[in-house]
Amino acid sequence: MVTTRSTLHTQEMILNMGPHHPSTHGVLRLILRLDGEVVEGVIPDVGYLHRGIEKIGEGLTYRQFIPYTDRIEYLASMNMNHLYCMAVEKLAGIEVPERAEYIRVIMAELNRIISHIIGCGALAMDLGAFTPFLYGVVEREKCNDLMEMTCGQRLTYNYLRIGGVSQDLPQGFEEKTEKFLNEIKDRWDEINKLISANEIFIQRLANVAVLSVEDAFSYNITGPNLRACGVDWDLRRDEPYSVYDRFDFQVPVGRGERGAVGDCYNRYMIRVREVYESIKIVHQALNRIPVGDVMAKVSKLFKPPAGEVFMRAENPRGEMAVFIESDGSDKPYRIKFKAPSFNALAVFNKICRGHMVSDLAAVIGSFDIVMPEVDR
Amino acid sequence: MQSSSSWLADYFERVWFMNPTLAAVLSVILGVGICMALIPIIPGFGSYLERKVCADLQQRIGPNRAGFLPFGIMQAVADGIKTIQKEDLIPEHADRFLFKSAPYICVIGVFSCFAVIPFSGAGPLSALNLGVYYILSISSLMAVGIVLAGWASNSKWTLLGGIRSAGQMISYEIPIALSVVTVAMVAGTLNMSGLTAAQRLGWNIGFWNSNIFVTLSFPVYWIAALAECNRTPFDIPEAESELVAGYFTEYSGLRFSFFAMAEYAEMFVVSAMAVVLYFGGFYLPFEGIMPWIMDLSGGRLTLIHFAVFLGKVWALMYLMIWIRWTLPRYRIDQLMDLCWKALIPIAFVNFMGAACWMALLG
Repeated sequence: MVTTRSTLHTQEMILNMGPHHPSTHGVLRLILRLDGEVVEGVIPDVGYLHRGIEKIGEGLTYRQFIPYTDRIEYLASMNMNHLYCMAVEKLAGIEVPERAEYIRVIMAELNRIISHIIGCGALAMDLGAFTPFLYGVVEREKCNDLMEMTCGQRLTYNYLRIGGVSQDLPQGFEEKTEKFLNEIKDRWDEINKLISANEIFIQRLANVAVLSVEDAFSYNITGPNLRACGVDWDLRRDEPYSVYDRFDFQVPVGRGERGAVGDCYNRYMIRVREVYESIKIVHQALNRIPVGDVMAKVSKLFKPPAGEVFMRAENPRGEMAVFIESDGSDKPYRIKFKAPSFNALAVFNKICRGHMVSDLAAVIGSFDIVMPEVDR
Repeated sequence: MQSSSSWLADYFERVWFMNPTLAAVLSVILGVGICMALIPIIPGFGSYLERKVCADLQQRIGPNRAGFLPFGIMQAVADGIKTIQKEDLIPEHADRFLFKSAPYICVIGVFSCFAVIPFSGAGPLSALNLGVYYILSISSLMAVGIVLAGWASNSKWTLLGGIRSAGQMISYEIPIALSVVTVAMVAGTLNMSGLTAAQRLGWNIGFWNSNIFVTLSFPVYWIAALAECNRTPFDIPEAESELVAGYFTEYSGLRFSFFAMAEYAEMFVVSAMAVVLYFGGFYLPFEGIMPWIMDLSGGRLTLIHFAVFLGKVWALMYLMIWIRWTLPRYRIDQLMDLCWKALIPIAFVNFMGAACWMALLG
């Protein structure tokens, strides 16, 4: 925290950070009030990436909307598919075959791994260390190969279906995934050695933008960003959906290793540790996956009963929630998403005051903001 | 001490029977001309090395397509031609005169340093007795150029970059000067050739056999030198993820490439300074006690010395690039803390220690 005291005449400066700026992760615009280099206020200006996905959904059938959920958060498409399909299945009361549930969990956790790789790498890149990001991208590429092998896509998967998944796992998927998991574990250790203990890296992150538990609750911060504040809460464990209750994994919680609990370094470390937990989950799921169908019987003309449903799931960036209202036709009456990055943006003005412009890059990176999910 | 230009003047006088004044003037013009023609090769090769080394560190291949030569060696030439073709944009409300002159000031400040760098036994272009002092002062022009660029662009990002660099470069000149003074005190001269000659014996690692504090001043010099060239972890004036591109955000085309040229030339200069001050200049280790090397004729010896000098400098350049692609970047206040709370006290202790050592053991 930097304090300036001066009797000299100074003037506030308004600075536009974005919408095209190297470290705003897409098209985020932050309007900064600056005293020299010290931030006095941050006003996030969102909406540059608004595509009206929720409105588009009202004109499409339930099945047709699945590819659009990929585009809401392109770094965690599987998790988005999963959330949307679970919500529709809950609405229509469809029982998903067990094998499909396991496949969904495997895919969601693989997607979480690569999402965190990008998140941590991009944070390091924002702080000037370019190399860890590219080390991570090498591993991400292998995971993309796995996804491509399974569903033919590398980024926006469109793999899950209402009632199951589009096709069974291909031959040799298990062995390749095990190999990938072992490699990613070694490589993740290596990347950690490179940056996590780097003194400059720690100095840049520790005690920067400390988020208190009260603020986290009042601003509805969720997921890794909430756990970094020391709150032990993970939907996968505390309100298990799908088959998450059958796996044994730890929930990393911010410990304040090198600074206050809830600072940027904690948010970073939570993601680092979550990758190891996701590796564990995929291991277990691969060992226990049963044989059987991957698709439930769903009629071609799918019409869920009238009613409404609210579903939330633990996405890499926090709890993503979806609300669907059905009027009994083949198209949803209303779809609404609640995105974790949106809430994270709202808290910036509160926690960035008194820090420097350079810290903003660290804050944006540590909250792992993804703009398409904010604007939708 | 002998200098290349005096050697040239001598040659003109003796062989071509020239008027001494004319010979002196001509030799200086010729020397400067040759230098100015050859120096741009350094940034060109530097940028190529940077791209190749960083690609290697990041498990990539790097440029390998440009031109007809293998390994993308022509990439630097291609980059140069590309920047010449670009439009020379000047922002609407910029201070046109300052905006245009800032890159030249940077380039002049750095290129002038080459006048006193002793590349080989033939001596530097000018055997200035205050060679080290001259480099320290003339290279500060770069800070002026950067601040002007930041101010004249009339953009808030460049202004922040310019102001940052002013603070940084002025602060980090103090540890550099203190480290340099430590060496100069032990060697007893500020002349670059004299400093080299003082290390003719031994390992040539910072007079380690004569004064341990000189060796200890090398890390201080090196860290401060990184900051002086705006290299990561101290590249906050250009900090691409914070300030877009810092002070040269608004520049394009040839003016932009002048800043890049100045940066790589500055890297070369500080590395050459380190070689002269701490790594025995153009001498091989233990050259003073190697009989075979003394038997070599003057021309061959000069060539060997030239190669040794360049080899040492490029090794240090590699180290700089390695550091850049490994470490994250400091924040401005942490950078100042490091300078004023760590480097300057250490440099000062080194200075005092070296003086005491000389007084007690020398």
